[in-house]
Amino acid sequence: MKRIVFILTVLITLGIQAQTPEERGLQIAKAAEQADLGFNSSTVNLKMTLKNKNGQTSERSLTTKTLELTEDGDKSLIVFNSPKDVKGTSTLTFTHKVGADDQWLFLPSIKRVKRISSNNKSGPFVGSEFAYEDLSSQEVEKYTYKFIEEKGSLIVVEQDPVDPKSGYTRRLVTYNKDKGYRFEKVEFYDRKNALLKTLVYSDYKIYKNKFWRAGTFIMKNHQSNKETILKFSDYNFDVSLSEEDFTQVALKRS
Amino acid sequence: MNTIKKAKDATNAFTRNWANFVIKFKWPVLLATLILAIGLGSQGNMEFDGDYHVFFSKSNPELEAFDALQDKYTKDDNVIIVLSPSNGNIFTKENLTAIEELTAESWNTPYSSRVDAVTNFQHTSAVGDDLYVDDLSYETALKTEAEILKIKEKALKEPLLVNRILNEAGSVTAINITVRLPGVDLNEIPGEVTPFVRNMISDFKEKHPNFEVHTSGLIPMNTAFFESSMNDMGLTMIMLIIVIITTFILTRNIWSTLATLIIVIFSIMSAIGFVGLMGIKLTPPSSVFPTMILTLAVADSIHILVTMLQKMRKDGLNKVDALKEAIRLNFMPVFITSLTTVIGFLTMNFGDVPPFWDLGNITAFGMGMAFLYSTTTLPALMAILPVKSKVRKEEIKAHNNWYTSLGNYVVKQPVRLTIISFLVIGGLTYLATKNTFNDEFINYFDETVAFRTDTDYIRDNLTGIYNIEYSIGSGESSGINNPEYLKNLNAFEDWLNEQPEVIHVNAFSEVARRVNRSMHGDDESFYRIPDNRDEAAQYLLLYELSLPFGLDLNNQINVDKSETRVTVTVDNITSADMIAFSKKGEAWLRNNTPKPMHAIGVSPTLMFSKLGFRQADSMFKGNIIALILISIVLMLALKNFKLGLLSIIPNVTPVLVGFGIWALYKAQINTGMVIVFGMTLGIIVDDTVHFMSKFLRARRELGYDAKQAVVYAFETVGKALVTTTIVLLAGFAVLSTSSFALNSYMARITVIIILAALIIDFILLPSLLILTSKKEAVSAQNIRESQIAFDK
Repeated sequence: MKRIVFILTVLITLGIQAQTPEERGLQIAKAAEQADLGFNSSTVNLKMTLKNKNGQTSERSLTTKTLELTEDGDKSLIVFNSPKDVKGTSTLTFTHKVGADDQWLFLPSIKRVKRISSNNKSGPFVGSEFAYEDLSSQEVEKYTYKFIEEKGSLIVVEQDPVDPKSGYTRRLVTYNKDKGYRFEKVEFYDRKNALLKTLVYSDYKIYKNKFWRAGTFIMKNHQSNKETILKFSDYNFDVSLSEEDFTQVALKRS
Repeated sequence: MNTIKKAKDATNAFTRNWANFVIKFKWPVLLATLILAIGLGSQGNMEFDGDYHVFFSKSNPELEAFDALQDKYTKDDNVIIVLSPSNGNIFTKENLTAIEELTAESWNTPYSSRVDAVTNFQHTSAVGDDLYVDDLSYETALKTEAEILKIKEKALKEPLLVNRILNEAGSVTAINITVRLPGVDLNEIPGEVTPFVRNMISDFKEKHPNFEVHTSGLIPMNTAFFESSMNDMGLTMIMLIIVIITTFILTRNIWSTLATLIIVIFSIMSAIGFVGLMGIKLTPPSSVFPTMILTLAVADSIHILVTMLQKMRKDGLNKVDALKEAIRLNFMPVFITSLTTVIGFLTMNFGDVPPFWDLGNITAFGMGMAFLYSTTTLPALMAILPVKSKVRKEEIKAHNNWYTSLGNYVVKQPVRLTIISFLVIGGLTYLATKNTFNDEFINYFDETVAFRTDTDYIRDNLTGIYNIEYSIGSGESSGINNPEYLKNLNAFEDWLNEQPEVIHVNAFSEVARRVNRSMHGDDESFYRIPDNRDEAAQYLLLYELSLPFGLDLNNQINVDKSETRVTVTVDNITSADMIAFSKKGEAWLRNNTPKPMHAIGVSPTLMFSKLGFRQADSMFKGNIIALILISIVLMLALKNFKLGLLSIIPNVTPVLVGFGIWALYKAQINTGMVIVFGMTLGIIVDDTVHFMSKFLRARRELGYDAKQAVVYAFETVGKALVTTTIVLLAGFAVLSTSSFALNSYMARITVIIILAALIIDFILLPSLLILTSKKEAVSAQNIRESQIAFDK
């Protein structure tokens, strides 16, 4: 892995003159994807804290399981543990490199799985400042890229969503190339190209000596002054989940 | 020698010295005041604030409640763009495509956070076993006629659309742009949002000439406030021209006219400096200050100049002597009348409406400065300017004839005139009680303002502009999913819908019903509240996951899911009805729901509805204080307690007459008119002061009896009172052309009051002076000694 990064870095450095900013941006995105390749599957607990302008808060707690796929986008399963009235509700998502993702929701109250209308990915996730598209698997194909600048180990790349229904015109992603191209910060620009939100990643830990995972996400909405904080705990990369754990049947069980 | 005499001598000496000093050092005085005026003026910084929030003081409970509600959900400043296609049918491929395009473009509005239109309405339906939520009409250009017909059917059945975004006939529709302003820069609306929207609309009209477009909402209202401030400021120029003409007619001297012009310009420059130094942001009510100052300040100069020219023309004095005499004679009257005017304007601070505090303070400051300039710059200028005048004796005599005969007429029948006056005043006072408060803010603008006519169009063709909101709590976290809560909320929604004034209700119970129906295969029998809490919560979760950017429920549900917002759109009803309606809703909640659900109605509409009452309550004290203060000033000035008390009658009755006549004219009063008592009191008291002082002088100095003294007063000040009244009437008549009702109504009633004051001072006051004097024998010894401070 380190070699790949090294080679890529050399290539990028050599290629500066020859490359357009678009090519370089794409290359960085691919490098980041490459750096995170091979985690297979993981689970993590998540506490979501919603804060409004006046500091009133509300909490939700979730468990997320992720299965890495290379042919197509990752699969994930999110189970709600609280609030009480949605406990046991879970979502299953198949991200796709091309086209809209598939998503299902299991409702324990009626013991039924419902498919979620696939067109809308830009709305807030359970009332938080995160849109579903901010949380879903970051497939390279979902954006077009443009290299902006490099400052020390930090590289800023503009990403323009391919999906016309996205809530954003662009995102400015800051990668840390020395730390496995992990995300340090993402700035989201809304449809009128005004800064909407900033997501800052912190409390990074390295797992399996390769996979950087942030312990805290802080998403600040600059227009509404609302904030959502995600706290991740108990990362587990040894769960060895398989495709069978990510089916509609599995959704009902979870 | 008694104290009165001493005081009189002291005042005389002071004014004489003042005049000598100013004339001796005419150049330094002129230069110093010029530097003062320019210095103050250079600090001037006129910024306009169109935000409706400026009408409410920080502690206004309605504003606090409304801001709290907006903090809990979202801040909803909006622009409503209403589209009426010429074919009368929204649902054609061309029209829907045009609407979809404009909706997409609307997302580019600066600070926009949400755009609601018929095309992007999130329609919920069951597809097989799944919940399908999508734009009602997406990529309309690709749709078939049959599909568009289906869209029409769905749209016209949708309770969230009909009477809000769409009319029942499907011929008029709206795009509602919600804007979230950072509120950092005053230019956000006039400089960014409004130009963008206007451009967008003009481009749209060019591309789709078959659409009629109207705009309303809080942003256009702010813009209208902003623009009416600018327009009213423009009235200053008209008033300036009137001042020039009036001064010229009254003085028949070009240099005097020039000097007056300089004085009023200095006064306004100083007031502008005050605005800048105090950091005042101008609003429609306060932006009329230049016209006010012009109107009021010109009187000071005219009094001094007329006396000076009279002394030159009639008595043949040379310029400097005439000038000294004019200052000696006018210093105190001008001081007293300026003082009462300042007191009158300062009482506006007792009210609860900040723009009127500003108006009061700026004008009071301007008047103070006008007094200063009239007694320094004016004489200095007149001493410098080459004023020449011929002696013209005959003319003056002829002028007095009319006033003399009026005086003679009055003294012949004081009892009769008193009785008639009191009957008329009594009748009008009774009528005055028939006025009702109405602060419908749409009606603040007259039909020359596009915001008003557009808003009227929208009310007539689509939906209401006024609303009331209730934030209804459940008392527990995620309690909005409790079926008990939802049922009560649903009952409230139903009750609201039954009220005749209600046009539309937006409540979360509708969402709960709609999602429940779609979760049961669009079965109409499930168009009701879900049966249990978990079901409701999980349906809501599913629904929320299905909503796109900007069209979430955060504007309706708080973060904790413990409260929801009910928005009631009502027809244009009067302020009193609005308050009553809101109370009725509050009472219904109290009587029919558990305690956590009790809520108070809030909204800008309601805030304006209560503004007039609040202002009247708070101004009441201010007015009483103004009356007491001004009466005390009068007693001191006249050095007569009884006449000071008597003066209350001619000072108070014009206001009663004014509101009585208003009841015949409009019968509705707004917040702007509440201030007129204090304000006009400070102005009309001048008439009384002048008349009474001449009356007293005649009795004390000349030994006339009451009747002769009245005729003397008519002869000496009749003309002066008429001319100042004409200037005042001109000024307020100019203001009454304002398109903004807070200003134009205030100005109109002031015109009536000032006119009434003159009539009362000419009819009732002299009659009363005669009647009260009859009972009191004036002691001969007093006559010579007790001169009053400000006789001419």
